[in-house]
Amino acid sequence: MSGQALLSVESVAVDLPTARGNLRAVDHVDLTLSAGRTLGIVGESGCGKTMLSRAILQLLPKKAKLSGRVMFDGRDLASCGADQLRKLRARSLAVVFQDPMTSLNPVLTIGTQLIETLQEHLDLDALAARKRTVDLLAAVGIPAPEQRLMQYPHQLSGGMRQRVAIAIALSCEPKLLIADEPTTALDVTIQAQILDLLAREQRRRHMAMILITHDLGVVAGRTDEVAVMYAGRVVERAPTQALFKKMHMPYTQALLSAIPKLDAAPHTRLPAISGRPPDPTRPINGCSFSPRCRYAIDRCRREKPPLADAETVDHKYACFHPLKLSAGIGT
Amino acid sequence: MATLELTLEKDVGAEISRRARRLGPVFWSAVGWMVFVFAVAILAEVLPLPSPTDMDMLERRAPISALHWLGTDGLGRDELARLVYGARISLIVGLCAPVIGLTIGGALGMLSGYFRGRFETLVVGSMDVLLAFPPLILALAVTAYLGQSILNLTVILGVLGIPAFMRVARAATLTLARREFVIAAQALGATHARILLRELLPNVALPLLAFFLLGVAVTIVVEGALSFLGLGVPPPISSWGSMIGEGRESLDVAPRLAFIPATAMFLTVLSFNLVGDTLRALTDPRQGAL
Amino acid sequence: MLGFIARRLFYLVPVLLAVSLLTFLIASLLPGDLAYVILGDQATPEKVEALRQDLGLDQPIWWRYLGWLGHVLEGDFGRSFRTGQTVLEAVAERLPVSFELMLFAELMGLVIGVPIAIICAARSGGIFDRVMTGSAFAMLSVPTFLSAILLIYLFAVQLRWLPATGYVPFTEDPVGNLRFFVLPALTLALAEWPGIMRVLRSDMIATLQEDYIALAKAKGLKPSRILLVHALKPSSLTLVTITGINIGRLLGGTVIVETIFALPGIGRLLVGAIYTRDLIILQGVVLLVAGSFVMMNFIVDMLYAVLDPRIRHGHA
Repeated sequence: MSGQALLSVESVAVDLPTARGNLRAVDHVDLTLSAGRTLGIVGESGCGKTMLSRAILQLLPKKAKLSGRVMFDGRDLASCGADQLRKLRARSLAVVFQDPMTSLNPVLTIGTQLIETLQEHLDLDALAARKRTVDLLAAVGIPAPEQRLMQYPHQLSGGMRQRVAIAIALSCEPKLLIADEPTTALDVTIQAQILDLLAREQRRRHMAMILITHDLGVVAGRTDEVAVMYAGRVVERAPTQALFKKMHMPYTQALLSAIPKLDAAPHTRLPAISGRPPDPTRPINGCSFSPRCRYAIDRCRREKPPLADAETVDHKYACFHPLKLSAGIGT
Repeated sequence: MATLELTLEKDVGAEISRRARRLGPVFWSAVGWMVFVFAVAILAEVLPLPSPTDMDMLERRAPISALHWLGTDGLGRDELARLVYGARISLIVGLCAPVIGLTIGGALGMLSGYFRGRFETLVVGSMDVLLAFPPLILALAVTAYLGQSILNLTVILGVLGIPAFMRVARAATLTLARREFVIAAQALGATHARILLRELLPNVALPLLAFFLLGVAVTIVVEGALSFLGLGVPPPISSWGSMIGEGRESLDVAPRLAFIPATAMFLTVLSFNLVGDTLRALTDPRQGAL
Repeated sequence: MLGFIARRLFYLVPVLLAVSLLTFLIASLLPGDLAYVILGDQATPEKVEALRQDLGLDQPIWWRYLGWLGHVLEGDFGRSFRTGQTVLEAVAERLPVSFELMLFAELMGLVIGVPIAIICAARSGGIFDRVMTGSAFAMLSVPTFLSAILLIYLFAVQLRWLPATGYVPFTEDPVGNLRFFVLPALTLALAEWPGIMRVLRSDMIATLQEDYIALAKAKGLKPSRILLVHALKPSSLTLVTITGINIGRLLGGTVIVETIFALPGIGRLLVGAIYTRDLIILQGVVLLVAGSFVMMNFIVDMLYAVLDPRIRHGHA
């Protein structure tokens, strides 16, 4: 099951120089992930989760500065040469982006975009590559896969396009798949299908997966472990069940309460979190969440809380005033 | 609670001077060269140069020497002197012709952009007709029939530039005529003339000036091309173009005769282009529009 | 849409008429008598008078204009009194030469400009990019005739690889024909490549920011494939459009090059007609060239109107 961690993110920070000063998008994040396990990263827009995924994939913008280590399969990706890195891609690291309309090339056929990956990394001849592509498309649930090969992305529906993107990601049997908000751009009705597809493929291939989302509801039941991010830092991390059974950080609880519940009475007010996420170019002393936190005490505003252990060593949180009560989802 | 920050538009003058502070050494070198060429051309008589028309048949195509700093041409004339006096001719035509385009084209452009309607259609249509003719052919035809002279050349090149200036002036006027300060002036009962001269002209003048510099560059090139073919300035007057044309005969023995005036022309045209382009970027009322 | 086309066509007719009138006036209003010029030293007062009547030169000018216009609309552009050729024959003979020059020049411009644009976009902001962008700007300040003599000096005089002047028809000697065209086409190409380079570079830089390029990188594709297959195709629309326009625009611009390199094209035909005061040729050819310019602008305007939203993605 779990052995040596496949991925180990060690004190990774991402700095972006902007016109208004340095922007610290990711602030010393530590994460580990073993083969075959799913990690969910949850947070609001702008909390740094996408930047973190780009840091892991070594796809940061040119101006960004990365510090820390990204250990993958025993190697520090940050110090790999460009050619080495390129060979790792698709075969070890794969990604599914948020919007398949913009992540698929509009002027190339579906077939081309799949076959080129196979030919680049697996050294297959044209016929074998084609056959494999058709199999892949069928495996992700696309009907009439042969016909799709000659089609262009705009000829498919949103859900279909994302399935193609997933097929591309899975084509070379990667060890780690990062799915960055894979369902945000899709209809609600399709979201569950796509998430189920990802989970199924992950189990079948014994793949490690990172599921990035702003919706806590998405990670419940689909991940082994959850990390909650706020303002570039991980503020709570726990095995999924443990997190939902007992949250410590007020922010996590607020995120959960903001999810509409099926069994709530009609017209129940959704408790929104007041205020806005902090401006990353102006870091504040103390806990980044303190301006919006209703439990904030003086100490929260002065010192930055470190990531500390909770009852179990797997469960970590960063708060001086954690929740005493257990707030969990009803079974 | 988060607050919204509103940044107000700074006034145009401050914006221009802020951008002007980013002008680099390239820009100032270009300005320096322009000033240098001007000075040399104006002061030609005062400079210790031999006469550009004195032919010394015994010293034809002489190399660089203390007597002739740049050597002599195919007829024994001092090359440096010819270069300096040639600068004068190239600059006279290069500056005066666009002035014609600037005044007439600028006026037509402002009027048609301000008054609109059928007048505008007529002006734009006439310009389109003029633009339909390949400019070089038109210039050739006119000078061939009316005779080669500096005046004719300047006039025809000037006329050929009218449509371009008209467009710039019209575009600038169209943008500005809708702004508040014009409507305010109209509400206060200002006459058309007053609005055109006091409100619009100062603002249109800046992009026109930038375009004027570009026009000088183009005119030097066109005059150069015509003189190169022997169809520009009438011999024995010589501009850089005619020097290059004559130098063409001696490419195998004395290439410098063609390339020295060529370099001078290139540097001058480049400088005018640089300065004009920079000024245009600074003063265009419509940011980055074509 | 049809209304738009109709309105533009409506506008086109008076412009073409004005062009024809202006052409006629230029050719006609000259000091010195055409009859004298034609007869040269055989001129006697009687012959001059007879010729004037023959050519209809004693008629009022507007009458002559209408007569000429009438002939033109029937397809009769007149006949040169020097060579005896009709205008259309002369044009038909010369047009292929100019055309070959224009095509060859644009092709060379693409061969130079496209690779440079791709490399600049791939390493935008780097040294190569800055040097090339500066060179492109500087190239725009080099007049055609300067490039011409520079190339002649380098390749014809010094290296002796290529001929400086001359022409042989393609049908007679394809290789020789191409040899004669290399320097003239290169001269024009040196003026074309900056525009081509700028447009493609700008579009490619924009394309390289797109998500699908990030995904292509994430798939571990070779950088050359990403540039040439994934990025180049979506960036080419503007380039393709202006290439067509450029070729048309070169029509009037070949005069200098044809004269310097002694190519028997339309440009030289016109210059020759000016020298020899061959008015019929002059009138006819100028009208044809100017007329096609107007038509071409019209077509381009139509094209832009149709493609408008897609052309409007940002480029300087």
